[in-house]
Amino acid sequence: MSAAPAPRSATDSPEKPPEFIVTLRGLSKIYQQGDVNVTALNEVSLDIARGEFLVLMGPSGSGKSTLLHLIAGIDRPTRGELHVQGIDISRLNESQLADWRNQNVGFVFQSFNLVPVLTAAENVELPLLLTRLNRAERKKLVATALDLVGLADRMHHLPKQMSGGQEQRVAIARALVTDPQLVVADEPTGNLDAHSAHEVLGILQSLSRDHGKTVIMVTHDPKAAAFGSRQIHLEKGELTK
Amino acid sequence: MALPLRYNIRNVLVRWRSTITTILGIALVVSVYVLMQAMAAGIEKSSANTGSPDNLLIIRRGSTAESSSIVSREQLRTLLYSPEIARTAADEPLVSADVLVLLNLPRRDGGGEANVLLRGVSPRGRDLRAQVVLVEGRWFDRGKREVVVSQRLAARFAGFGLNEEFRSGPATYRVVGHTDAGKSAFDSEVWMDADEARALFDREQYSSLLVRPKDAEAATNLIARLEKDKRLQLVAHVESAYYAKQTGTATPIKWLGNFLAIAMSVGAVFAAMNTMYAAVGARTREIGTLRVLGFRRRTVVLSFLLEGALLAGLGGALGCALSLFMNGYAVGTLNFATFSETVFEFRITPALMLQGLLFSIVVGILGTLLPALRASRLPVIAALKSL
Ligand SMILES: Nc1ncnc2c1ncn2[C@@H]1O[C@H](COP(=O)(O)OP(=O)(O)OP(=O)(O)O)[C@@H](O)[C@H]1O
Ligand SMILES: [Mg+2]
Repeated sequence: MSAAPAPRSATDSPEKPPEFIVTLRGLSKIYQQGDVNVTALNEVSLDIARGEFLVLMGPSGSGKSTLLHLIAGIDRPTRGELHVQGIDISRLNESQLADWRNQNVGFVFQSFNLVPVLTAAENVELPLLLTRLNRAERKKLVATALDLVGLADRMHHLPKQMSGGQEQRVAIARALVTDPQLVVADEPTGNLDAHSAHEVLGILQSLSRDHGKTVIMVTHDPKAAAFGSRQIHLEKGELTK
Repeated sequence: MALPLRYNIRNVLVRWRSTITTILGIALVVSVYVLMQAMAAGIEKSSANTGSPDNLLIIRRGSTAESSSIVSREQLRTLLYSPEIARTAADEPLVSADVLVLLNLPRRDGGGEANVLLRGVSPRGRDLRAQVVLVEGRWFDRGKREVVVSQRLAARFAGFGLNEEFRSGPATYRVVGHTDAGKSAFDSEVWMDADEARALFDREQYSSLLVRPKDAEAATNLIARLEKDKRLQLVAHVESAYYAKQTGTATPIKWLGNFLAIAMSVGAVFAAMNTMYAAVGARTREIGTLRVLGFRRRTVVLSFLLEGALLAGLGGALGCALSLFMNGYAVGTLNFATFSETVFEFRITPALMLQGLLFSIVVGILGTLLPALRASRLPVIAALKSL
């Protein structure tokens, strides 16, 4: 750790959330492929402020997805420090990490990843099944989340009965329904037409602007990147600006 | 918390082709298992149904079965007027000296020949076996080569219809009556007069004696007396108890049933495994997604096990339902104690169906175990990247 912790002043309330929701210091991820080591991330240091809409760009293979996966607690770093919401998530064991993901992170994938046999509402309800909420409370949250993405009328449709844009909006509703502080999206518009992409990006933008969520999005598309509040670039596993 | 059951139900429905194949396969295994056990249960039931607790069956010491026993006329004379034995109103002792003869007769459907057990009974034999009732025709007269056969045998052998005739050896016999023995072992017998049978089949000796003791005490005494009498070389059994123990025919069927069930269930387990491996393979990314959302490995395993159990349970239920069509259906098989055709019904009991169902669920769980473990072992990130 380079920076010494700032002395706490008497006016700081202990409940005050940290300024940065995500703090990375010297974060590296090295994949071992046979005898070859592939360095996907090399000593990345980064702070992400609460409420930011951060856009991650960079050429293919530069480590964007890897970084996103580490921040979201889907994968583990090889070296370095990784604090999210003040917690060193690399120290959590597997089931703690699963619970942590459920409560703190919403995910949006390029290929939507909805469960094909479940309806829109049932897909959105999935993360809530791991909470203590009762059926009625879950139903209410699901309705609110689907309403937020403009799909209240598609509750009972199966994924195959919806367009790609609608599927991705259901996926966003699923990411939001637990009210996580952090939403990560890996090329969420990669499989969408311009119109659907615009809708999805608008929703993500409003999440950060109107609802105070921190959104981290990977994209190749400069037009999509323009929706973000800050852009960073990765190249060969390192931040360039 | 578990994944909702409807998730599994819909997955099973979505891949309906493989579901139907798996269900049919397991249904087949379960119905074979249930039917074999139902056969054994039917035989046991028929044995348990036979004879009266008030009678004693006397056979030669050392004989394992009535059919291999010999009782001489000398021995009959010694016992006939024993004080323990009850008398009729006409003061005749209630004793039937029976002779058992195996006849090889053609089947009615032209399906070859089979052994049938002919029992020669003394005049008192009918009174001693009240469970055998005449349903058609009349009882046989002595000396006219007349027989009565059970209704159930009548359906299975040529010339067993009422007033029909059949040949055995040089002689021809006329069926003058049909009997119903209440699903007991006597339903597999042809009856005629004992002394006539001895003459016709050239038997010097009887096979067994059936006697009615005066009371329970007399019965105990007679059993004890024969036990002690080393000269007579006879043993007395309570008739119903003797037949209840004659489940020898059921045992090989049970074994065969178990063997077939095990052999077929190995196949069924692999079939289920194949189906579930395919299901897991097709849903790898879905599993990864569920894990990202916070579902645990064990939840995923449990969900797949449940799905496998559900699938196999459906097959088991179908198998039980199919086997029910055979409930009460009368069949014949070789009785290994008498080497004759024995007729009994498939007895499919609720307990047996439950067994079949549990059996199928075990098959399902065994078949799903490895695929489910594979599904859960995959790291989240690898599952997500799979296509
Ligand atoms: N499981 C793995 N095993 C080995 N190497 C891996 C693995 N996952 C990623 N890599 C490597 O790490 C590097 C970064 O991959 P990553 O998926 O983060 O790139 P990306 O920037 O998301 O690319 P894209 O834009 O194509 O999605 C690549 O060189 C990739 O080959
Ligand atoms: Mg990527």
